[in-house]
Amino acid sequence: MSISESDVLNIAHLARLEIETTDIPKYAQDLSSILELVEQMQTQNTDQIVPMAHPLNATQRLREDNVTEPNQRDLAMAIAPAAEAGLYLVPKVIEEQDA
Amino acid sequence: MEWEVVIGLEVHAQLATQSKIFSGAATAYGAEPNTQACMIDLGLPGVLPVLNKDVVRMATKFGLSVGAKVSQRSVFARKNYFYPDLPKGYQISQYELPIVEGGQLEIQLDENTSKVIGITRAHLEEDAGKSLHEDFHGMTGIDLNRAGTPLLEIVSEPDMRSAKEAVAYLKALHSLVRYLGICDGNMQEGSFRCDANVSIRPKGQKEFGTRTETKNVNSFRFVERAINYEVDRQIDLLESGGKVMQETRLYDANKNQTRTMRSKEEANDYRYFPDPDLLPLEISSEYIEEVRKELPELPHEKRQRFQQQYALNAYDASVLVSSLDMADYFEAVVNTVGSGNKAAKLVANWVMGDLSAALNKDLLDISESPVKASQLAGLIKRIVDNTISGKIAKIIFETLWQEGGDTDSIIEKQGLKQITDTGAIEKIIDEVIASNPQQLEQYRSGKDKLFGFFVGQTMQATKGKANPQQVNELLKKKLDG
Repeated sequence: MSISESDVLNIAHLARLEIETTDIPKYAQDLSSILELVEQMQTQNTDQIVPMAHPLNATQRLREDNVTEPNQRDLAMAIAPAAEAGLYLVPKVIEEQDA
Repeated sequence: MEWEVVIGLEVHAQLATQSKIFSGAATAYGAEPNTQACMIDLGLPGVLPVLNKDVVRMATKFGLSVGAKVSQRSVFARKNYFYPDLPKGYQISQYELPIVEGGQLEIQLDENTSKVIGITRAHLEEDAGKSLHEDFHGMTGIDLNRAGTPLLEIVSEPDMRSAKEAVAYLKALHSLVRYLGICDGNMQEGSFRCDANVSIRPKGQKEFGTRTETKNVNSFRFVERAINYEVDRQIDLLESGGKVMQETRLYDANKNQTRTMRSKEEANDYRYFPDPDLLPLEISSEYIEEVRKELPELPHEKRQRFQQQYALNAYDASVLVSSLDMADYFEAVVNTVGSGNKAAKLVANWVMGDLSAALNKDLLDISESPVKASQLAGLIKRIVDNTISGKIAKIIFETLWQEGGDTDSIIEKQGLKQITDTGAIEKIIDEVIASNPQQLEQYRSGKDKLFGFFVGQTMQATKGKANPQQVNELLKKKLDG
């Protein structure tokens, strides 16, 4: 399976990455070769193998349901690019609507 | 053409924990913006999520209560999308291996019909924050207090065939999570939200039509309206030669319509993968059995018990157990009134009748009732021991509702005690008969219907206080004699 140039643009858009047009063929090639590696692995029979969810052979530890985090809003707001009235400010996002 | 409606619901139930699903920040509703959003919720670099013990227990409880398989191994995955109220750029959810798989819930449609709705899965995930679109110099304000709040997303099978069935399912589910104590069910505060997947197909066709998903419908009434709107829209589209697009739509309660929110093709490309920050969740069968023992009496079990213990019919019992608060209220009244099954039926009638009507009229929940269980019990006691008639009881109930107080002092103050002294009633009846000679003659010449007239006159003369059975008996004797 190979990645087309429009696939590259779509992936870049989904990841919100700005890429140079001139780099697209190289990305397409790089991504395609990753998929080729996957294809090569897929030739192995894995019927009896449970998919790995994590490289460590361990399971999730749990914490008690207690409130342990104090309010640190002022600290966090101090490093935010924009904040007002206790809110973080971000550029407006408008959903596309047909209404 | 005759169309069949196919509905599946996705419900987000906020789990009733003190702290977030992956952090120790508080989940209390209504706090000052961003005061309950810690470094983990903000998605700062270097932080690690740690799973809250109680969400696992709550999800397990839910799974057991709907007869589902509680997975002994489930995996958290990242659902990737960009939106400002999602600071990490992904939502931690469960995808391929959810904690609860398969299950079912029985819904009561009316007195004689019930239906079983399949539950596909239920998985744990974190909630996003909230965007405030008021103008902050052309920018959007973000409150991340809700980010990281634990949710159980409960996905139904496409088993519902009308908006009415969808509402019945939603109510049954709402009641269940309240019984289990895993969600406060507050729809106004967003603790229990619903997305509706709706499609239509020609009756008899096996394949599903293209569906739309209507987001965040936050009341039972709106769910019904939103689905009906969407069904009509899709029928109009197909009948005029158009096509239904698979898309996410938003319900606008003010306009009572749904509108396109985003087209699913792009937005749905979430690129799920197992979250490397979280290990697989494993729970033992011993743990599952331990949680099973903690399960409270469930709605269907309570219904059976009410039928047996209080000799109620199936319908009365199912209405009473439909909310835990109502069931508790009913039992509190019955226990105070005592004196057996006849009283239980009377209590059921009052709770489902006058009390529910008054609550509906004032848009109150039974937990907010101005007439408390002890007050209603005081009233019903006096009906049972014949101190007052049912008719007078309604007047006293009105007083209790408006002004509070207790039945005995209202009876005392307003002189409402039932007249059960045969001599006194006879005297009044004699007067009534004496002052209506014409009606008496007509009655005696065969106009039986006039019996009601005499009952009415007698009750009026006693201001409704005469014991109705005695009035009937004595009147019969006198009129016929």
